[in-house]
Amino acid sequence: MFPKWFNKWNADNPTDVFGPAILIGSLGGAVFVAIMLITWGQPYATASQQSGPRGTGMSQTEFVRALAARKADPEMAAANYVVAPEGEAPAVEYDPGLGDELVTAMRSWTGIPNLFAEDNYQTNVAYLMISMTQFLNEEYGYHVNASGEGVGVTCYTCHRGQPVPNGVWFKLGAVNEAASGWSAVQNRATMQSQSTSLPSNALESYLLGDEVIQVHDLESRVAGSIAEGEVASIQQTEMTFSLMNYYDNSLGVNCVFCHNSRAFYDGGQVTPQWATAQVAREMVQTLNADYLVPLKDTLPDNRLGPIMGDAPKAGCLTCHQGQNRPVNGHLWLEAYPELATIGGG
Amino acid sequence: MIVEYQNIFNQVQVQGSPEMGTDNENQMMKERTKKPFFSTLVGWVGNAQIGPIYLGWTGLVSLFTGILALNIIGLNMLAQVGWSIPEFLRQLFWLALEPPSPEYGLSMPPLDDGGWYIIASMFLLVSVMSWWARTWFLAEQHKMGKHIFWAFGAAIWLFLVLGLFRPVLMGAWSEAVPYGIFPHLDWTTAFSIRYGNLYYNPFHALSIVFLYGSVLLFAMHGATILAVTRFGGDRELEQIYDRGTATERAALFWRWTMGFNATMEGIHRWAWWFAVLTPITGGIGILLTGTVVDNWFIWAQEHNFAPEYNGDYGYEAYDTQFGQEG
Repeated sequence: MFPKWFNKWNADNPTDVFGPAILIGSLGGAVFVAIMLITWGQPYATASQQSGPRGTGMSQTEFVRALAARKADPEMAAANYVVAPEGEAPAVEYDPGLGDELVTAMRSWTGIPNLFAEDNYQTNVAYLMISMTQFLNEEYGYHVNASGEGVGVTCYTCHRGQPVPNGVWFKLGAVNEAASGWSAVQNRATMQSQSTSLPSNALESYLLGDEVIQVHDLESRVAGSIAEGEVASIQQTEMTFSLMNYYDNSLGVNCVFCHNSRAFYDGGQVTPQWATAQVAREMVQTLNADYLVPLKDTLPDNRLGPIMGDAPKAGCLTCHQGQNRPVNGHLWLEAYPELATIGGG
Repeated sequence: MIVEYQNIFNQVQVQGSPEMGTDNENQMMKERTKKPFFSTLVGWVGNAQIGPIYLGWTGLVSLFTGILALNIIGLNMLAQVGWSIPEFLRQLFWLALEPPSPEYGLSMPPLDDGGWYIIASMFLLVSVMSWWARTWFLAEQHKMGKHIFWAFGAAIWLFLVLGLFRPVLMGAWSEAVPYGIFPHLDWTTAFSIRYGNLYYNPFHALSIVFLYGSVLLFAMHGATILAVTRFGGDRELEQIYDRGTATERAALFWRWTMGFNATMEGIHRWAWWFAVLTPITGGIGILLTGTVVDNWFIWAQEHNFAPEYNGDYGYEAYDTQFGQEG
């Protein structure tokens, strides 16, 4: 391949090129990385927020980029996330009695342009959803105003411009074939199991049903049989863990947002957010039982669950969508006080 | 060229007529199967010679029941995904053969709710125990001590605590560990959370000490022997009986470093005890959990093993709600 004189010269002059090459390559690489870090900045910079007393290791850490990406579009926020309709909006034939401005906003928030214009299922559902929103703002102010007075919720908190909110959930039933009992409801990567192999029925058990989340014993020794259901089993613990994963991922936080993780069970070591979450669970159970499960008869079949044919249900993710304060804690109730009072009034 | 040989990858391999081992009263190939052969690939990281193999009845029983147990587990996973091979591969790390649901206690559950688990566990038990017996018989035939048998026994103790002793004491097979990649890790986490944080279990702490201690001892011993190989230190047995300059230097090194040195023979006893105490103490810790102690953190505070924390906690420590970062 090379001319003879070249090969001969190389053979006569053996030189170790690897040593200098590795040295220069390493040094040059280090200098390059240093220059890039100084001029462009740390691409994986994190920000953390302390969530407990010093020395307990309680803090929330997030990538700065992820935090920045979450900041809402300020123009949208100024207009309360309402996009003006293109062309002429259809006339309001079925007025919910809350004023035209709110109807326009609701059409934008839900992405349904003919809401309240026709006698369709969306309009029928909307009546119930208005009651639900008013009920939430009125009865569960402790939760929906937890990050400041006047926050509250509107259709946008869940819908985000979509007719069906992204974060609804359906019953999954058995996720495994040829299995029953606990074997049937776990060990699959599902949305409900947060892609872990933990049980996939946690939302159904705790947010629709009323199973006990607490699995700990509050004394160093307690009597009780697992087979008789007197004390919590490993399986129940895994289901609790599955729910806690759902809480965490829905809010974009970790265990120590609410707990001191060395003693999860200890009510004396929890943060104020723990109480906010307790109320939230009761709130979601009420929403599901009183407002969302009854939608089964109103919604068409293609809006029902793909497996069990059940109505879409709410959980933490439905509103929070990865933020501990949904929509960055936008103050809704100042602009739409009608949604803060039952009956609009 | 001896320098070339001193690597985990052997660059020089000796492949000649196979080494047949000790002549057991002129019955060299009796009960031994497979003509020995050489593998260059294996030779890179160890002895290039493969075989001959002696299984015996314990080996055969162990292989047969072990393969049966593995197949029961695998076929159950395959059935769970509707006999779809692509799904089986995709979900492999999530799938598991789970123990029975708690309500069945210690009775025989239906096959699809832990029954297969009990059957697979029984075969696995037979497999492990006959392999354990094999380590005894083979040592006896070689007129060796039974150190390997007892060391394997330590691991079997932990295995039996997890799958047999503790479930029986708890009164439910549901407490046993699932056979699956992620699911057995879920079990481990749930076990710690359920019983109030296993880090406050003193036997768990001891087990960690011996585990990390084993790692440290292995690194120290391996490094020491490699470092004195140039003086003949790798001929450890000779050095034990007839201490040479390699031993003297190694011993002096550690005495100068930390004031103490193990002996050429004793270091192997250190290593053996650290290794076997890891599962022995760990097994004791697991066995006590849920049977004697239900909340380790509270237990530790009651026994002055963990300090009472007197710092500010709860609502009093907060002026306003935080968590305002969007």
